[in-house]
Amino acid sequence: MELLERFAAGDLDAFETLFREHQKEVYAWTVRIVRDHGIAEDLTVETFWRIYRFRARFDPAGNFRAWARRIATNAALDHLRHGRRETELPEDLPGAGTADPAVLLETRSRIRKAFFQLPAKYRLVATLALIEEEPYDKIAETVGISAALVKVRVFRAVRILRKKLQSLNAEAIAK
Amino acid sequence: MTNKEDDKEIKAHLKAAFPPLQDTELRRDLWPQMLRKLQEQPAAGDHVPWFDWALAVILSALLIVFPGAIPALLYHL
Repeated sequence: MELLERFAAGDLDAFETLFREHQKEVYAWTVRIVRDHGIAEDLTVETFWRIYRFRARFDPAGNFRAWARRIATNAALDHLRHGRRETELPEDLPGAGTADPAVLLETRSRIRKAFFQLPAKYRLVATLALIEEEPYDKIAETVGISAALVKVRVFRAVRILRKKLQSLNAEAIAK
Repeated sequence: MTNKEDDKEIKAHLKAAFPPLQDTELRRDLWPQMLRKLQEQPAAGDHVPWFDWALAVILSALLIVFPGAIPALLYHL
């Protein structure tokens, strides 16, 4: 019996083999979404827990890697919806040119604040498309939506960010 | 500034605020953690808890008694 068939039938040894083969990849994908190593480790275990739990739904003729990545994306999305905010990045990021470093840091701080306020589904696609620069069709496959909808969500995320930034800037000026 | 230019600027700021992660390497084997979770919460497969069945029966009964609630339920789903 093939490995995937044994896994689908509930064989724990087959599951362990798959876990060891794919844990690095699932972790690497997850950490790029949640941007925290500890949370990504927990979510990797959660992903494989879901994989094991729903093993009967997996078609052994199917693509295990793609299935695992989709489950990992859903687990990360659940975290973005319900979990605490990601660890803040250090403030001493490299400057982008000639602009005043203090102004740049302030702008980035506002961007981060606005970004964390985005609805989870927009934050997920914005992270993958704009920060990690993943192609739309790959994002579509892992999130389980069309590439056109990914494009729409990215567009909306940018639009919401622009509005939030305008209001944060107005608040800063008013202070 | 036009919205398009504004969007480009936002994307640039976003990339600067969240630089792509360089270190995405898993530093330890997570199998022991996985095994612990499996022991704590044995996977039930596709087993549906009795509470979910009870909820489904109550909901069905309510919808039979109050069919007018169906559109409201569909709206909230």
